[in-house]
Amino acid sequence: MSDKPYVARSTMIAARVLGEETMIMSATDSTLFTLDAVATVIWESADGATPLEEIVKKKVCAQYDISLEVALKDAEVLVEQLAGHGLLLLSDRPIAQPSGPPKVNP
Amino acid sequence: MPGVMAAVQRFCTVIEIGGLPIALHCDNPAFNRLLAERYAGYVANSDQAAFDFDIEIATPGSGTGDEDLSVTWNSGRWLMERGDFHAEFNPATARGRIQQTISPYSIDSVLRIVHTLLLARKGGFLMHASSAIRNGRAFLFPGISGAGKTTMARLAPPDAALLTDEISYVIPQDGRYFAVGTPFFGELARVGENLRAPIECVYLLAKGPENKIEPVAGSEAVRGLLGNILFFAQDPEFVGLVFDAALDFAGRVPVRRLTFVPDARVWELIV
Repeated sequence: MSDKPYVARSTMIAARVLGEETMIMSATDSTLFTLDAVATVIWESADGATPLEEIVKKKVCAQYDISLEVALKDAEVLVEQLAGHGLLLLSDRPIAQPSGPPKVNP
Repeated sequence: MPGVMAAVQRFCTVIEIGGLPIALHCDNPAFNRLLAERYAGYVANSDQAAFDFDIEIATPGSGTGDEDLSVTWNSGRWLMERGDFHAEFNPATARGRIQQTISPYSIDSVLRIVHTLLLARKGGFLMHASSAIRNGRAFLFPGISGAGKTTMARLAPPDAALLTDEISYVIPQDGRYFAVGTPFFGELARVGENLRAPIECVYLLAKGPENKIEPVAGSEAVRGLLGNILFFAQDPEFVGLVFDAALDFAGRVPVRRLTFVPDARVWELIV
């Protein structure tokens, strides 16, 4: 079990859903990433307030035929990878997400 | 006491690409001549400008243009910096200034960046692609360096009008996407024809043992497009705009993979 169970999407990205996939582009270096359907479920649930184990239990194991132990292990690898690219934030405590409308440039 | 007044002559060259006239003001006659020659075919009347840039010609320093580019949004201005230029642009006042050496590569880069930033708001973009018009329809050939953009341009038959061999200009209009000629050239060293036409198809380039066309759909098509769209600003909102444009484009314009042998027969497939 990870010592940083809270996950939140970075604000320095743009993400769009295409079919069952999610495409994410880093605003820092314009690198493009594609998430499959399962990873998309985790991505969409990464609100900074829900622990990863709860996301996996309620969203992944409820939709897919997979044990919590295996799914959680895979999810931890995934979030570590995404965090390594700056797409996700990991923390041992809930992560506050920015509120209000996004900054708009002319 | 009598004084001596020196009158500094200001020159203005308006360069219009994609229907967007940008006035470049400077007091250096040699640079003004360079602009007129470099952007021949894209020079418009001086009273038509939508945006104005004052250019200050600096003495050459250590910057070569190989340094990392930085494009950031700060206090209501876009700041654009590279070793060979420093520029800023205020969209609200439609004014900006550029400090650069007399090199044409610097002003070319600034114009590409400015058009990218302005196009994003309109749902358009610049793409690393050669493009041409044939039978009233435009075809784009995106690819990284070495993929065959210039080769496709060189092989184009006489009835094809070449829009660019390097940077294609894509703008939406009335539910369709149009390709527009640009003065941004690559190895061909030739300014594209100042024409526009609706885009019929995008061909992602690949060299191979035979000529063939395969459909590319869904996320693969979007990846193929995004991999060739010019990105400069390190700004999530800007990236989101380009993302949306690419997704919309992929939903309206067919994307195919063109594997080709580099000879003129490949153009028999482009009709």
